[in-house]
Amino acid sequence: MLKGMFSRPENMKMFWREFMRQCVDIGIGSLGIVFIISLFMGGVTTLQIAYQLVSPLIPKATIAQVVRDTIILEFAPTLTCIVLAGVVGSKIASELGNMRVSEQIDAQEIMGINTKGYLIRPKILAAIIMIPCLICIAGFLGIWGGQKAGELGGILSADQYWQGLRQDFRAYNIFFALFKSFVFAFIIASVPSYYGYHVQGGALEIGKASTSAVVVTCVLILFMDYLLAALLL
Amino acid sequence: MIELVNIKKGFGDKIILPDVSAVMETGKVNLIIGTSGSGKTVMMKCMVGLMSIDAGKVLYDGKDFTGMNDHEKKEIRQQIGMLFQGSALFDSMTVEQNVMFPLDMFGKGTLREKKTRVMECLERVNLKEAAKKYPAEISGGMKKRVGIARAIVLNPKYLFCDEPNSGLDPQTSLLIDKLIKELTLEYNITTVINTHDMNTVMESGDHIVYMYQGRKQWEGSNKDIIFSNDEKLNDFIFASEFLRDAKEMRQMEMFQDQNWRNQIKKD
Repeated sequence: MLKGMFSRPENMKMFWREFMRQCVDIGIGSLGIVFIISLFMGGVTTLQIAYQLVSPLIPKATIAQVVRDTIILEFAPTLTCIVLAGVVGSKIASELGNMRVSEQIDAQEIMGINTKGYLIRPKILAAIIMIPCLICIAGFLGIWGGQKAGELGGILSADQYWQGLRQDFRAYNIFFALFKSFVFAFIIASVPSYYGYHVQGGALEIGKASTSAVVVTCVLILFMDYLLAALLL
Repeated sequence: MIELVNIKKGFGDKIILPDVSAVMETGKVNLIIGTSGSGKTVMMKCMVGLMSIDAGKVLYDGKDFTGMNDHEKKEIRQQIGMLFQGSALFDSMTVEQNVMFPLDMFGKGTLREKKTRVMECLERVNLKEAAKKYPAEISGGMKKRVGIARAIVLNPKYLFCDEPNSGLDPQTSLLIDKLIKELTLEYNITTVINTHDMNTVMESGDHIVYMYQGRKQWEGSNKDIIFSNDEKLNDFIFASEFLRDAKEMRQMEMFQDQNWRNQIKKD
C-alpha cells in the first residue's frame, strides 16, 4: 500500500486541497477531545501523585516535577494517541471503507487517479503534522490542568508548582515525546487506512474493519511505546 | 471500438471467464446481459482494468490496454466514463462538485470555463436545479443522472454503465436508457452496458452479448432476439409466460408485416 503512495500527484492543487481538509479533520476536529482528556489527565495525575507522596521529607514541588515528567514522557504522547486512535483511526477506516464499498474508490481509479496517493497519502501527512501539534497542546494543557487541580485541592500553590516544573528539567524528554508522537501519528493514519482501503463487503464489514483498525493501532502504539522507551531512554 | 480477445479470468480454482471474445462497437449501445453469476460484471471490470485478466487482451481502438504501463493506462482511463450501479457519487461533495471533480483533476481551462462545462452536462441530464444539493438529498434516479453527467464531463470516448437501471422505477429507467442512447449517438462513443433490465435490452440494445456460465452464448441485436432460437437466451429473456406470449404476438405481427410487404411488392 505504501509503495503506491509515492508517485507524483495527478494534480498538485487537488492534492493540497485534500491535504488541508485532512489537516482540519484530524487537527481541528480532535482539538475538543484532546482539550478535555489533557485537562483531566493532568488534574488526576496531580491528585494521585500527591496521594502517594505523603512523606514530610519530600517537598511539595516534587509533585509538579513528577507530574511534568509523567505527562511529557508518557501521558501526553501515549494516552492522547490511544484516544486519537479511536477518534481519528475509526474515522479514517470507516471513511475509506465506505468509499470502497460504495465504489467511490473504483470511480476514482477509473478516472485514472492513483487513489492510494490521493486518498491515503494526505491522511498520513496530515496526521504526521497535526498529531505532534496536538500532543504539544495536550502536554501544556495537562501540566496546566495539574496546576489547577493542585490549587483547587489545596495540595500545592501555583508558586510551588512552577518551582517543581523547573526542577531538573531535561529537554531530551521533549525530543523523546515528539519522536514518539511522529511514530504514533504514522501508525494512527496508516493502519486504519490499510483496513479501510481493503474492506470487502458491506456495512457490517466496515464496522469490523473500523474496530480491527482501532484495536491493532492501539496495540501497535503500546508496543512501539515500550520499544522506543527501551531504545531511547 | 473495444475488442476482447480470448479473455480468461478466475479466482483461485474457480474460473469465471474461461475464454471470451467480443467486440464492442463505436456509436452503438453494447449490452452485456446474463443471469446473476454469469460473469458479466467480472467481464466489465476486466475491460476497464479494475480487475487484471489471467490471459487474453483488451484492445481500445486497436491498442492493447492489458499490455500498457501505468502511464499509458492512465491516458486511456481519462477517455473512459463510468456509471456505477450505486452511482458512486462522492458524499462530501455537492452535485456540482461531483461533476466538477474530473475536470478539476484533469481538465484544463479557467474556473469559469469548468463551471460552464459542468452546467452544460447538468443541463444535458436535466439536473441544473440540483447543482447545490448533496447526494444524500436527491433521489436514486437523480443520482444516476449525476453519475452520467460526471461520466461525460471529460467527453469520453468510452462509456461504461454497470446496471444503470437497478433500483429505479420503469419510467425513470426508460429515461436513463434514452439519455444513454442519445449521448452515445450525440458524441459517437462506445457505450457498454451491463444489465438485467429487459426494457433496456429491447429499447437500446444495438448490439447484445448474452453471457451464460462465463461464456458468450449469443450475440446479436434487439431485433434478432425476437427470432432467436437459442433456448438459453429465450429462457433468460422471455422468462415469464406473459413475455413469451408477447414474443409470439410480436413475431406474428412482424411476420404479417413481411407478408403485407411481399404482397405489395408483387402487386
